[in-house]
Amino acid sequence: MRGPRARALIQIKEPARGAFLQSPVELVCPAGGLPALKAAVDGGADWVYAGLRDDTNARNFPGLNFDDTALAQGLDYAHRRGRKVVLAINTYPQRANWIRWTAAVDRAVRLGADAIIVADAGLMRYAHLAHPKLELHLSVQGSATSYEAINFFHEQFGVKRAVLPRVLSLAQLELVTRHTPVEMEVFGFGGLCVMVEGRCALSGYACGISPNMAGACSPAHAVRWRETDGGLESRLGGILIDRYAPGERAAYPTVCKGRYAVHSATYHAFEEPASLNALELIPEFGRIGIRAIKIEGRQRSPAYVGQVTRVWREAIDAWKAGEFTPRAQWMAALNRHAEGSQHTLGAFSRPWK
Amino acid sequence: MKLALGPILYYWPRAAVLEFYREIAASALDIVYLGEVVCSRRHELGLDDWLAIAGELTAAGKEVVLSAQILTESEGDLKLMRRVAGNGRFRVEANDWGAVRLLAGREGWVAGPHVNVYNPQALAMLAALGASRWVAPIEATRELVAEMSAARPAGTQVEVFAHGRLPLALSARCFTARRFDRQKEDCGYVCLEFPDGLALDTQEGDAFLVLNGVQTLSGAVHSLASELAVLQESRVDIVRISPQAQRTLDVIGTWRAAIDGELPPNEAHALLASFSRGALANGFWRGRAGREIA
Repeated sequence: MRGPRARALIQIKEPARGAFLQSPVELVCPAGGLPALKAAVDGGADWVYAGLRDDTNARNFPGLNFDDTALAQGLDYAHRRGRKVVLAINTYPQRANWIRWTAAVDRAVRLGADAIIVADAGLMRYAHLAHPKLELHLSVQGSATSYEAINFFHEQFGVKRAVLPRVLSLAQLELVTRHTPVEMEVFGFGGLCVMVEGRCALSGYACGISPNMAGACSPAHAVRWRETDGGLESRLGGILIDRYAPGERAAYPTVCKGRYAVHSATYHAFEEPASLNALELIPEFGRIGIRAIKIEGRQRSPAYVGQVTRVWREAIDAWKAGEFTPRAQWMAALNRHAEGSQHTLGAFSRPWK
Repeated sequence: MKLALGPILYYWPRAAVLEFYREIAASALDIVYLGEVVCSRRHELGLDDWLAIAGELTAAGKEVVLSAQILTESEGDLKLMRRVAGNGRFRVEANDWGAVRLLAGREGWVAGPHVNVYNPQALAMLAALGASRWVAPIEATRELVAEMSAARPAGTQVEVFAHGRLPLALSARCFTARRFDRQKEDCGYVCLEFPDGLALDTQEGDAFLVLNGVQTLSGAVHSLASELAVLQESRVDIVRISPQAQRTLDVIGTWRAAIDGELPPNEAHALLASFSRGALANGFWRGRAGREIA
């Protein structure tokens, strides 16, 4: 049995920790700090995801993330309100720094995190052996795009949930969901990777810092903006990513969002800067049996987290009540946060197929 | 140190592929990786064709490895991967965790450069599942390779991507079709017209990247010939060359001579530069931006 009805039946067996946990589709929201975590919880997130203040997570930016004290406070705030917190330890440790990653896993357990998100198979093995009761989620950085890949992590380490890369279509999501006992989590809103996560070295190629090796894509310290006679230039690691005419809206210079010359045409060679907004697909996600929808943006402000969480909470609840239509005020609220003021359904709809 | 040739990443006409491997059979290579790893729509050769080439290369004394597709999405992708994994004759290179699952428990498979293995714990786990060779991720530094090599499980070989345009990223979207305003599923196989990919330059004319369908490659040619001594000190068993449309045999010959001590590394480096359509780079190996040369 699949779909929301089946999920709802399964949920009844679980201890009630809050009304929102009855939801057959859970809402997973980002927190780059304690104020954002509180905004997510207050806005109605079922889960909040967070990272420690170092390169053990894929949003390793200055001033962002949690130390032990803040994380303990955040966990307490969420747990008192019946919500869960999952700690992202989702970069790839190397031999020289291995201990920092295992220590992060141990800290997650000691502080009482409800689950951890992991990409590296070695670290997942450690977590599974050292903390057999710890709930494991496979990170999007783990690049699992098929049920064979996801089932590998389930069989080896008992992974309970997997976050799918933002490259799969709805039909492909359904195929995956039908062939695995692992819960599926998909990105519903926010920044959009054009490339398969965990398999992109474009940032490292341009500036030496990449998600897999350093926990960051296009770090601010490698970005330069400069007004020139030819317009405003954006650079990453010295590479010209784009050049803007006066009045043109500039986008943050990630390699995949730049304009380049290919075969005598200059254009957005990979994709126009745009953000994902899959709100209208909530009923489809429910029908397919998607277990959780994730909002991107641990680097965003508490105000962003609060507003986006509230809209998605309302939308999911409306769908649960059988009265879902994408409301204009929801879309208007979400559009204020879009990159380049544009929203797309991304790979879910595959307009480029 | 053995010399390997990676799978052809571009889409070449069938006749060109067959001719290419006829030449490769007579080359100074030890190992040849075969198969379509980038795009499931490419069909100039099917698995049976690859198996036939594999048989000929084996008869010519080469070790053959069948490379599995990097990005698997559809049931069709998985069906092909099962056929590759279960071919029963040739060693297989996994390029994602789905292939790892299908190969787990078999002996002697290869954990390819697209399986993210960055630490000895992950490598030990794969070795326990039957992997006997680890190909370092393309971003690996010389320090990472040295420490992985030192900590490798007994019987595990270490291979490094040592020459060619770097496969930097993969998408579900086809950027070659996009350039020509075509839908992915009605692409007309336009990438056949670009045997070395489609050059992507910055607006100020830097040769930055190369588009190859759903794959994005480096504009620069990654080359570690000048690092040969470090590779040998780190007990790297195999170095991999990635095929290019022209002069691959010259690249192979140069590497062979350098490995055999017949050509000083700096001379090899200069020769390789003359055979390459992009500038040479080794930034990832040196812990810097991948496009740089140290």
